[in-house]
Amino acid sequence: MTEPQTRHITLRVNGQAREITTPVRKTLADALRTDLGLTGTHLGCETGLCGACTILVDGRAMRACLMLAVQAEGHAITTIEGLAPSPSELHPLQQAFCRHHALQCGFCTPGLLTTLVEFLHDVPNPSEAEIREAISGNLCRCTGYDTIVAATLEAAAMLRPQP
Amino acid sequence: MTKTGFPDARVLGQDVPRLEDAKLIRGQGRFVDDIAPPGLLHAAFLRSPHAHAAITAIDTSQALALPGVHAVHTLDDLAPHLADTRLVVAMPSPSYRLDLHRPVLARHEVVHVGEPIACVIADSRYIAEDAAALIEVEYDILPVVTDCEAALQDGAPTAHRNAASNLVAEMTIAYGAVEDAFATAAHRVHEKLWIHRGGSHSMECRGLVAIPDPVEDRLTVWSSTQMPHAARRLLCDIIGLHERQLRVVTPDLGGGFGPKLIFYPEDVVITLAARLLARPVKWIEDRREHFISTTQERDQAWDVEMATDAEGRIQAVRGVLIHDHGAWTARGVNVPQGAVSAMPLAYVVPAFRMQIRAAATNKVPVTPVRGAGQPQGVFAMERLLDAAARAIGIDRAEIRRRNLVPADRMPYETPIRTRGGLPVTLDSGDYPACQAMTLQGADWAGFEARRATARAAGRYRGIGLANYVEATGRGPFEHVSIRIEPSGRIFVATGAAAMGQGTATMLAQIVAEQLGADMSNVVVTTGDTEAAPTGLGGSNSRQAVMAGSSAHAAATRLRDRVLDIAGELMEVAPADLEIVGRAVQLKGVPQMRRTLAEIARAVAGQAGFVLPGQSGPGLAAAEELVIDAMTYANGTAVAEVEIDIETGEIAVAHLVFGHDCGRAMHPRLVEGQLMGGIAHGLGNALFEFMAYDDTAQPLTTTLAEYLLMTATEMPRVTILHMESPSPLNALGIKGVGEAGVIPIGAAVASAIDDALSDFAIKIDRLPISPVDLLARLDQAVGG
Repeated sequence: MTEPQTRHITLRVNGQAREITTPVRKTLADALRTDLGLTGTHLGCETGLCGACTILVDGRAMRACLMLAVQAEGHAITTIEGLAPSPSELHPLQQAFCRHHALQCGFCTPGLLTTLVEFLHDVPNPSEAEIREAISGNLCRCTGYDTIVAATLEAAAMLRPQP
Repeated sequence: MTKTGFPDARVLGQDVPRLEDAKLIRGQGRFVDDIAPPGLLHAAFLRSPHAHAAITAIDTSQALALPGVHAVHTLDDLAPHLADTRLVVAMPSPSYRLDLHRPVLARHEVVHVGEPIACVIADSRYIAEDAAALIEVEYDILPVVTDCEAALQDGAPTAHRNAASNLVAEMTIAYGAVEDAFATAAHRVHEKLWIHRGGSHSMECRGLVAIPDPVEDRLTVWSSTQMPHAARRLLCDIIGLHERQLRVVTPDLGGGFGPKLIFYPEDVVITLAARLLARPVKWIEDRREHFISTTQERDQAWDVEMATDAEGRIQAVRGVLIHDHGAWTARGVNVPQGAVSAMPLAYVVPAFRMQIRAAATNKVPVTPVRGAGQPQGVFAMERLLDAAARAIGIDRAEIRRRNLVPADRMPYETPIRTRGGLPVTLDSGDYPACQAMTLQGADWAGFEARRATARAAGRYRGIGLANYVEATGRGPFEHVSIRIEPSGRIFVATGAAAMGQGTATMLAQIVAEQLGADMSNVVVTTGDTEAAPTGLGGSNSRQAVMAGSSAHAAATRLRDRVLDIAGELMEVAPADLEIVGRAVQLKGVPQMRRTLAEIARAVAGQAGFVLPGQSGPGLAAAEELVIDAMTYANGTAVAEVEIDIETGEIAVAHLVFGHDCGRAMHPRLVEGQLMGGIAHGLGNALFEFMAYDDTAQPLTTTLAEYLLMTATEMPRVTILHMESPSPLNALGIKGVGEAGVIPIGAAVASAIDDALSDFAIKIDRLPISPVDLLARLDQAVGG
């Protein structure tokens, strides 16, 4: 190890405790991707602007590129890999994204999904305008967003408790 | 218009689930940065901070001494291992006046901010960047060329200190009696336009991972390239390897949009570094590097005139295009050539002469971004038509209707030639009907009532339109092979490269249509030099047309072969058999069947035993169908805008996009391509601006400064379809990857003109920012 300052930390990711020794300057995104092999968290700008690396920290959407790994100790982290309930099932948002062609290259998709998980938890019955506002910090170059909005509306309906 | 699609098809023309989604939706894609072999080292580049400077010294000693650093490479270090220290990639053209082949690394002169000078290989990217900052380079600053028009004026400094001028290339595209037409025309209009386009900004930046295999003395290079076979050829040439020593694979791509088809200095440096160190080496471009080193489109200055008769029929078009080429020739003159060639295509233009002058500047090299010059050519043509309509006093839609190439003249051979010298022949379509459909969809006729309502509320509403014709499906061929293996699975391999559009799904549909219609039984491999012997990759909206046509031909042949063999095995006539799912069955008697696995095993051969029947060995077919002529897609965009004259805000209220890309193999994928293109076009029209200061220092190097479309900026979009199957390929398809972007800037400009007609404001540049518009308004109201 050629890094002068390192720490041994425990990260709680997708319900599992994972121990790593990391340089103190390493971003959480890099730690997730390289130390834990969770490469579904994508880096599109490393300045917090594109939203691709968005993860959930204690249920709140955060930019993994703007956090250090050492800052995440003691918090519950959910990445895209932790969204689906099982290997044979998908989260309603994931199902709706596939049905509505809400992903093309799929690079921005993990960050959109995590952002929307938090959003639909807070706003279970959103308007189209509210959805657009909620994802206005997530850049997508492929879709033009309309299919993402449509998928989110459908997923919101699926997630709401049935009367 | 009715959509016919593939009415008898089982999967073609259907919105089947994408094969790509199962992994991508779970974050289990395999993008280049996800590849991390054991022993991986990481690279960072030292890049020029100056737009133009002489390098007098490079000292890497401190960087090399940093713990964790394995190598620091300058051009002097790499040159002994290179057949050429330059990337000679310029496509052929007689138009070049300067040879601007960029170096693998800059050594004596840097000519744009971001040009790579040295590469550090270290244990981590963090350490590599630390070390790059320790490299000492001494520069002598040289005069800078920032503007393409100024670059061509007498006495301008040169972007390369030893170049005689900045004129990289010049050519004239001309036919007909232009001067005579202008001399006798009833109306002449003149426009001076400045058109900017920015970068591609795929959400995934570039990158590569080079993995040496010492056992076999070969390298695997995972690269975010749209053209893996071209990359292999160039890498083999420059590093001195033969084709079996180098495999180039494109993993999942996080978008391409043009610049990923270019061959870059980093491709050579990383591949060679891995070979020299005998360790895997990864370089992943960060977004700042993307702004200053990935090729982009940028500035064009158009000075154009149109002559019409008294009724507005075009007699001639002429003018000059000055094109910002950037500092090096990273591809060719195809962007300005494509721009000018696209200009007249939708219309009957009897005489045409456009001069192209490409100017070297001290900026990032210019190469195609989605649309590849065509949006600019369309912008110029449509601005002229609006001006002519005003001069004559007729409706903007009507002047277009009078000039569009009519359906009864298809195929319509123009005197224009493609870059390869082939005639540009519009193969099919009904352009006037497409315009009429779009106008109706946008309620063009009822607009004045909406304008009046808006005006009553103090808002300025306008409507505008633009037509385009897009050259798609550039040949000459694409490779597709299909094998049915003894597992019964169908394996498709192609030289086409997927960039995220759903290429694998599209090819699987074509193949499955002939071979059982079970999409889950088809495995598609794209963009891998090991899987396909040759390939031209992704560009020019070509993959559905070229790879799709080869896939169709190969699948049809293989289907016949499967049925022949099954007929022999089952002792029935092949005509009485059909492939359903993973088996061949007797029509109407599904219990009489042989699985594809059984058939494949029957002809797999066993040493010493004869094959059954007359069938010959194996179940495979490969095709490289040659289609030289391009197929031309077309469309019309109508934009309706509202402008706040206090703030300059331009809100697009509704965008109607009517188009014809022939038969749609997957309507939802087609719409996805169009919507992405439309969003990109709106960005180009209103937001995206790659800014430089007057020393050619880039001013927009983050996504906070360079504005991409967000969800809140997207207007209501209506897409309307027409279907004129191309006669040039069996499936009747035309490309659609770039169409969406092409007419948007022109339509939005037309709408802004219309909204602000009280102020006589004419949009003559893109993008149009609120700040620009306010300045124009201030001017107009006598400021």
